[in-house]
Amino acid sequence: MAIVVVPALLRKLTDGVERVPVTGRNLGQVIEDLERQFPGFREQLVQNGEMKPSIAVSIDGEMGTGGLLDRVKDSSEIFFIPAIGGG
Amino acid sequence: MSEPSSQTRLLGSAEAPPSVSEGSSQSGLLAPAATVSARAAEVNEGPSGFRVIGTRPIRHDGEDKVRGRAKYGADYALAGMLHGKVLRSPHAHARIKSINTEKAAQYPGVFAVLTGANLPEVKGAMAQVGELVVNTHYLSLNIMARDKVLYDGHAVAAVAAINRHVAEEALALIEVEYEVLTPVMTAEAAMRPDAAVLLPELRQMRMASRVDPGKLEGPDEPGNVAGHIQFQRGDLAAGFKAADFVVEREYHTEAVHQGYIEPQNALAAWDADDHVTIYCSTQGSFNVRTLTAAVLTMPEGRIRVVPAEIGGGFGGKTTVYLEPLAVLLAKKAGRPVKMVMTRAEVLRATGPTSGTRFRVKIGVNRDGRITAAEVWMAYEAGAFPGSPFAPAAMTTLAPYNIENLQIDAFDVVVNRPKVAAYRAPGSPASAFACEAALSELAEYAGIDPIEFRLRNAAREGLPMPAGPPFKKIGFVETLAAMRDGEHYSSKLSGKCRGRGVAAGFWFNGGLQSSADVNIHTDGTVSVVTGSVDIGGSRAAMAMIAAEVLGVPVRDVRPMVADTDAIGHNDVTGGSRITLATGLAVFNAAHDALRELKLRAARLWDKTPEEVEFDAGVFRARGNGVPPLALSQVAAKLIATGGPVTGRASLNAGAVGAVGNAFAVVCVDVEVDPDTGKVRILRATIAQDVGRAIHPSYVEGQMQGALAQGVGWALNEEYYYDDRGVLRNSGLLDYRMPTCLDLPMLETLIVEVPNPGHPLGVRGVGEVGIVPPMAAVAEAIYQAVGVRMTELPMTPAKVLKAILEKRAGEGESAAAS
Repeated sequence: MAIVVVPALLRKLTDGVERVPVTGRNLGQVIEDLERQFPGFREQLVQNGEMKPSIAVSIDGEMGTGGLLDRVKDSSEIFFIPAIGGG
Repeated sequence: MSEPSSQTRLLGSAEAPPSVSEGSSQSGLLAPAATVSARAAEVNEGPSGFRVIGTRPIRHDGEDKVRGRAKYGADYALAGMLHGKVLRSPHAHARIKSINTEKAAQYPGVFAVLTGANLPEVKGAMAQVGELVVNTHYLSLNIMARDKVLYDGHAVAAVAAINRHVAEEALALIEVEYEVLTPVMTAEAAMRPDAAVLLPELRQMRMASRVDPGKLEGPDEPGNVAGHIQFQRGDLAAGFKAADFVVEREYHTEAVHQGYIEPQNALAAWDADDHVTIYCSTQGSFNVRTLTAAVLTMPEGRIRVVPAEIGGGFGGKTTVYLEPLAVLLAKKAGRPVKMVMTRAEVLRATGPTSGTRFRVKIGVNRDGRITAAEVWMAYEAGAFPGSPFAPAAMTTLAPYNIENLQIDAFDVVVNRPKVAAYRAPGSPASAFACEAALSELAEYAGIDPIEFRLRNAAREGLPMPAGPPFKKIGFVETLAAMRDGEHYSSKLSGKCRGRGVAAGFWFNGGLQSSADVNIHTDGTVSVVTGSVDIGGSRAAMAMIAAEVLGVPVRDVRPMVADTDAIGHNDVTGGSRITLATGLAVFNAAHDALRELKLRAARLWDKTPEEVEFDAGVFRARGNGVPPLALSQVAAKLIATGGPVTGRASLNAGAVGAVGNAFAVVCVDVEVDPDTGKVRILRATIAQDVGRAIHPSYVEGQMQGALAQGVGWALNEEYYYDDRGVLRNSGLLDYRMPTCLDLPMLETLIVEVPNPGHPLGVRGVGEVGIVPPMAAVAEAIYQAVGVRMTELPMTPAKVLKAILEKRAGEGESAAAS
């Protein structure tokens, strides 16, 4: 199963669990699975049916660009991190 | 083509990628329809040498710039043009009780007057520009105040008149009644429970909230803290227990400005069909279009942005200030309106970077391994949320492999101009605090500072502070290059002289770029992108196309097009242009080459599969036909099917995905113990650049970043009086380094190719500014034995520290 590494400030929702196994073939499905396991998780990440623009996703070390459609493999490791800008 | 600069050495990676050298092997670049990664493998592992890449042709825009022919924003003029000026608040924090513009509107020569009431409301809207998320409600309030002014210099009204003198006279006739409020000028003051509240609707949000609604953290009460982000892993308590040495200190940095030499400007002109064209100095013409459209609630398609040549930006020109005002004034007046800021306006009212406060606690064991680190930081956002607190958190201690780590970062509003991006936003201040602490720990552990960093260095596969693992990176190689370099190996002697070393990290950006490569019938090429050239990128684009197409670089003309003439290009910033737009050019050139092969095949009555291409020459596989140069195929374009334009548009990945950058800086200083003045004797920067397309412009980025870091370290700061009014709004008193303050800055270019890019490119523009402040601080300590924990390290502050040290030593001597 893929693993979501839960950001520190959201571990209250997962009772402190840092690494959560999830199912899903894309990021949208993964977030739905997170919501099933830990109600309230989805609203941290999703707004108006899309990933919040202030949040970036790393899947297996690569930053996703397709939002909820980003593909996820059975062995994927997923991080949710702030989107950032340069100067 | 000039000889390589004598102070630069090109160093290959310890993991042996091909070095840049003269040579003509093209095979890695020529496989048609190969994937990017396959091309990368071919280039990175194939025979070394490029024909054009790595050379130093004179930049295409160079002669125009030195002869004064280049057209900057303030050079633009249109028939019937008016001049716009902005009335700015003299108060840091005040309610606007009334504004009366009647006299100004009636003043002879005035054609239009605006106040905040003329801007549409954009409540709760968010605009995405690249990876940046901008709260357009706050952006609109920053462009012009409504019921409250939030910093000295905040815009409250604007006029358009026949010339700027009449405009200024009209401004003086605008009557504004203020109710002055208590200003809150620092993060420390703003975070106190009894602090005056700047934005009553603001609540502290947790996680990556930056500027968008997140999840409420704490009580539902107004305050000045807009956001909190935390990264945590491992067991801090156990980590500190395992430490033999612990440093725990507070650090403080002042706001500094990007210091671009060219002030903001904008010229707006409406067409008869209700479209508006904006000519302006900007790092992102598509940013200007999106943000202006959002603030004025008009369709983007009605706005065309023509980027002028730019006299510096460094991140400060990735947003808008004058553009929406110029558009509105032009609409009201029925004539084009040009607006140009003065230097005082730039300093009072455009975004500097954040002042910061840090609490750092780091532990190491006797072997010099970092066992735990806890970092708390508060970043001043200015009047509206959106400091670089999130990237600060994500870059804090990123160069190091630390198992037990907690980072807390806060975004705090204060009565100062809204901050804007400045070269690796967030990272430099964090590196000042953390690298200073690390140098102190290295000394306690008795380990050479570079060796100490090598023992803890991040490597491929190890996690960044935010969690995702590093890909192939060159930090170890960069440290080694500095260690083995002549500067670090040299002896420094003399009284009150010291040497300091520090390291830094920046993600670099990917984002969206588009490029067209046009093949002309005489065999010359034009390369069209929408990426404003702030550092010599046009030359790099031409070199990449020349490399792919096998033509002389002088036959390739690079151009920067407006927003109607080229596909979408995200901002020039984030160290992404040579990487992302370069990749678009690379792909577009290959696209053109594919079509040219078809044309050659048509000329020879052969199939495309029988056509080979190498170094600008087409050959038919087997024998029977003489080869054709690209120019010969180009001469037959009309006959073989028509024009050939290669095109590419791509998203090179969100920031953090591509080619992370590391830099190491070594600085020698001499401190005058009687005045506290610090003189930079020698400074070297080593940086992993992946692949230097044009080494001169890579050096330029490294040197420029280092110079800005020295200014940040020693002199630059905003002076506000107790009313919150800026007292040094000119470059005489906002002291930036000049050529008289710095020696020649030495560069060591390290190349650990980025496997994600076909040419191995990593972004180079930003990371060089991250280490210098900590390196200078350590050098001062080595010179005179005082640890500076506040920036800037002005003569007054250094002298104070020296005198306090002497007084302490005197007391100790007397006691013993």
